[in-house]
Amino acid sequence: MLEKHLICISCPIGCELSAGRESDDSTWKITGNRCPRGEAYALAELTDPRRVVTAVVRSNSPVQPLLPVRTDQPLPKRFIDRLLNHLYTLTVKTPVKCGDVLIDNVENSGVRVIFSCDCEK
Amino acid sequence: MIHLQSCDIAVIGAGAAGLAAAAETAAAGRSTIVIDREELPGGILRQCIHNGFGLTYFKEELTGPEYACRITGLARQAGAELRLGCAVISAVRNADGTFELTLLSAADGVTKLTARALILAMGCRERNRGNLAIPGTRPAGIYTAGAAQKLLNLEGVLPGRRAVIVGSGDIGLIMARRFRWSGIEVEAVIEIMRHPSGLPRNIAQCLNDFGIPLHLEHSVIEIGGRERVEYVDVAPLSDGVPQLERKFRILCDTVLFSVGLIPENELSAELGVELNPATGGAVVDCDCQTSVPGVFAGGNVLHVHDLVDFVSAEAAAAGRAALRYLDGQPAAAKNPVRAGANLKYAIPNYFSPARTTEFSFRPLILSNDATLTAELNGETVWKRRLRHIRPAEMLKAQLPGDLLQQDGELVFNLIQEEVQHA
Repeated sequence: MLEKHLICISCPIGCELSAGRESDDSTWKITGNRCPRGEAYALAELTDPRRVVTAVVRSNSPVQPLLPVRTDQPLPKRFIDRLLNHLYTLTVKTPVKCGDVLIDNVENSGVRVIFSCDCEK
Repeated sequence: MIHLQSCDIAVIGAGAAGLAAAAETAAAGRSTIVIDREELPGGILRQCIHNGFGLTYFKEELTGPEYACRITGLARQAGAELRLGCAVISAVRNADGTFELTLLSAADGVTKLTARALILAMGCRERNRGNLAIPGTRPAGIYTAGAAQKLLNLEGVLPGRRAVIVGSGDIGLIMARRFRWSGIEVEAVIEIMRHPSGLPRNIAQCLNDFGIPLHLEHSVIEIGGRERVEYVDVAPLSDGVPQLERKFRILCDTVLFSVGLIPENELSAELGVELNPATGGAVVDCDCQTSVPGVFAGGNVLHVHDLVDFVSAEAAAAGRAALRYLDGQPAAAKNPVRAGANLKYAIPNYFSPARTTEFSFRPLILSNDATLTAELNGETVWKRRLRHIRPAEMLKAQLPGDLLQQDGELVFNLIQEEVQHA
């Protein structure tokens, strides 16, 4: 019996999750979650860990010299550092609106980087 | 000639609290002016670029700036006027029960604003090194976590290269990840308590993801360095006393403090609002009305919340109460509410018979099995068993009005089944 302990990051409660698996069985059994998101998080964490990435990019705005951006869904962890290094080289043109797409498909993962604020000028 | 303006409701602070309150009062047709010293609305949310906000208030996970956009939109669409880049330098109550605010801005100089009701939504400030009295030299490189967050996220300045974070509050944990994602090393997080004071998910995703060590029951006993921070000395605590023979040195050029927040109530004090030593905020009735009639308070200016959603919800309730006040409804009754066993405080400080009221509590203990009880004049009228209690997490309980039918004293106790002190 293989057992792993995780803390769910899906909401502020932070359920303490246990994942158990028989050595000859490839399916994980998740306990300790209070909602379905906990199980989904644990299964993803054990096979393909992902995180929502947030950062800032430089802009040409005189009011907001930096604009916050985020991925529109969790990104596989292995792509995070390369994405950040790329974002820090950019200077974007304003205006932008919340939700505007900055990068359409990060590393062919289907994940987008979007602006997370409005900047009018 | 000083410019004069008047409105029904003046809201001080255009953050998650003030904008939520203004959205309520303006939507009801009351002229509402929100004043903030920053040039852009949203308060501290603007620099909190991480996600995790809005799950209850907007039913959607948002980043801080997104939450700020949403709540600003609600206030503006409702018709609230935002006076930005404008500081309230004094607030007084007139003999006729209205309020006169003196405002200062680069655009208009000194102006006066008269309002029939006030909503306090100034938020809170960070405790700093001075509050902790940590010995050592006074080199550059010492910041509160929020100041470092502002430098990095709003101004694009790297505060340092190699950091130690003092205190395991959520802002410090979030900054640990933000530093790592910005190429700054984080050597350790130092916490004097036996348990982290931030949310468990932030321990997981901000420290564990990066292998950052968390030293619980440890204290920084010295900060060293001439021009710039060069090191901190850290010692384990035994019954709160640093064990100097076991001290160790961590080399770093930056120290962040994430050691708690204090409601910002200088203006409240000037207005004569009675303050509660347990919270640092105003004493309020079940309408969020302070001891000064017509002055309401909500959000972190009243007591420090863990979640912005609750800040907005509480301030929105203060806004609705201000509307009832302007409609001429009588003030709520003032029956005392007291925090008993294992609770640092209970808000509101008074209940009104037959009024359904949501109470907020800060627990003093960590427990996985405890019962929160409400005693009215010595008789238990309500109780609920709770499985997950942490000092870092606020407790809330809604008591139906039919349980609070008589005048008297209401006492809340948190009784633990299994003992485990925080």
